Amino acid sequence: MNISLVTSQDTDLATRAASPLAVRGMTVSYGQTPAIFSVDMTVRAGAMTAIVGPNGAGKSTLLKAALGVIAPLAGSVTVFGEPMADMRDRIAYVPQRASVDWDFPVRVIDVVMMGMYRKLGLLGRIRGQHKALAQECLGRVGMADFAHRQIGQLSGGQQQRVFLARALAQEADIYVLDEPFAGVDAATEKAIIAVLQGLRDAGKTVLAVHHDLATVPDYFDDVLLLNTQVVAAGPVAEAFTEDNLQAAYGGRLTTARADPESVAG
Amino acid sequence: MGAEFVALSLPPILIGVLVAVACALPGNFLLLRRQALIGDAISHVVLPGIVVAFLVTGLIATGPMLLGAAAAAVIAVIAIEAVRRLGRIEAGAAMGVIFTAMFAGGVLLLEQSDTSSVHLDVEHALYGNLESLIWLDATGWASLLDPAALAGLPVELPRMALALVVIALFLWLFWRPLALSTFDEGFARGLGIRTAPLGLALVIMSAIAAVAAFDAVGSIIVIAMFICPPAAARMMTNRLGHQVAWSVVFAALAAVLGYVLAGYGPLWIGADASVSAAGMIATLSGIILGVAAVAGPHRTRNG
Repeated sequence: MNISLVTSQDTDLATRAASPLAVRGMTVSYGQTPAIFSVDMTVRAGAMTAIVGPNGAGKSTLLKAALGVIAPLAGSVTVFGEPMADMRDRIAYVPQRASVDWDFPVRVIDVVMMGMYRKLGLLGRIRGQHKALAQECLGRVGMADFAHRQIGQLSGGQQQRVFLARALAQEADIYVLDEPFAGVDAATEKAIIAVLQGLRDAGKTVLAVHHDLATVPDYFDDVLLLNTQVVAAGPVAEAFTEDNLQAAYGGRLTTARADPESVAG
Repeated sequence: MGAEFVALSLPPILIGVLVAVACALPGNFLLLRRQALIGDAISHVVLPGIVVAFLVTGLIATGPMLLGAAAAAVIAVIAIEAVRRLGRIEAGAAMGVIFTAMFAGGVLLLEQSDTSSVHLDVEHALYGNLESLIWLDATGWASLLDPAALAGLPVELPRMALALVVIALFLWLFWRPLALSTFDEGFARGLGIRTAPLGLALVIMSAIAAVAAFDAVGSIIVIAMFICPPAAARMMTNRLGHQVAWSVVFAALAAVLGYVLAGYGPLWIGADASVSAAGMIATLSGIILGVAAVAGPHRTRNG
């Protein structure tokens, strides 16, 4: 018994060392009931993983807790086996678009420059190379001509692309996105998925909260089905099954299929 | 514009400008964080702090008063957070509850205690006494270069200048994380920015401005300057740096023009007494905000 325990711990250490983002025993509570409970997640390197689940399943909460944006009750996070705090340069984060004030007095290019905060530090001079990188990132999401617009003047899809450009400017290895396709137009969805697949093909890792069950098999390699606890996780072909979906969504699955928007959040 | 101006008008004008700018600078961030009321809160809770300091020490001295005011500001900030979290009440309401309760407590304390013999009253806390901050040692512009005369400057001037320097240094040093966490707190935390201590530091800077200023100019100017110049500046530009620059211009403009209008305006229209400089400066900052709201180039949002 004792021996097998040690062995399983060793195996997990190896698993975590190979994973760009490994979460163990993550529990978060906003009040009396837990939003997520004892969640384990091991993201596969060089793959695109979707976190899927019904409203209030704790999808965004899992992302935020994994990135240290909110404080969990319990749980640990490693990035390639190292503590999260030492590895922040490797991770780019795209929060939900609705989480910020788009009237903020800032231009598109300034938002993208925010992605370089860890490179620039408090007082580091912004040089030509930084501006060139910001402009290049805007170009990759098709927003090169909008650099000097105030962000409030953009459409929802354009705002989402700017957020993605900011993440690209972080030049990270892992891209974590919270509902990147929520409320965006079809052209933006295609542009974003092309950029994400490009990142994956370049060996980067992508993890996204996703609400449209119909596009999961087209867009993603792996899936994690969440409903407060993990229902299933693995390659889409194995984990994204009717039985697992029923287990995750319960009686709400038919509604979810008919109207993908209703499972957002 | 000679000796009389240097002795009687220059110090209050300078102090007014320093106060206005020191409050407007952090006010920009408070406004964008929808915390503008915190300036209001801090400048009101200063009163009970001062009364308690007086009751404890028995003297009207700058040191104990500033300490008492600062302590009250800290208690207020903690109490606001406590009410907001424990009572699950929206931040604005929590501030309203705390600062009115503490200010009212200060008024009661003041009434019950024997402070009538000293210069400590509610009017003073509200309006201050900018006009009394004169420089008797000045004999003309040359006094500005005379160390002996400079030593007689009203103590509020160097104190306010120091507060402004501290606040400006803080904003310069933490500009990027402040802007980032004000715009997108989740992203800022993802970058490893410790947003909670940073937000607290911003409130402390606001408290420094309010506490240093209230003695000279009262809380009316402080409240007006935290909100009006930044709000007017927001309608002049869509860039944060430009907004802060505009707010400094508006704050200084309101202070200088307000003082001059209060001192000389009534005489120009035939009245024989001047009006409160603090009141005029605050009024003027409100008028500037009104003009910006009507004519500012970026007053419409999202389009």
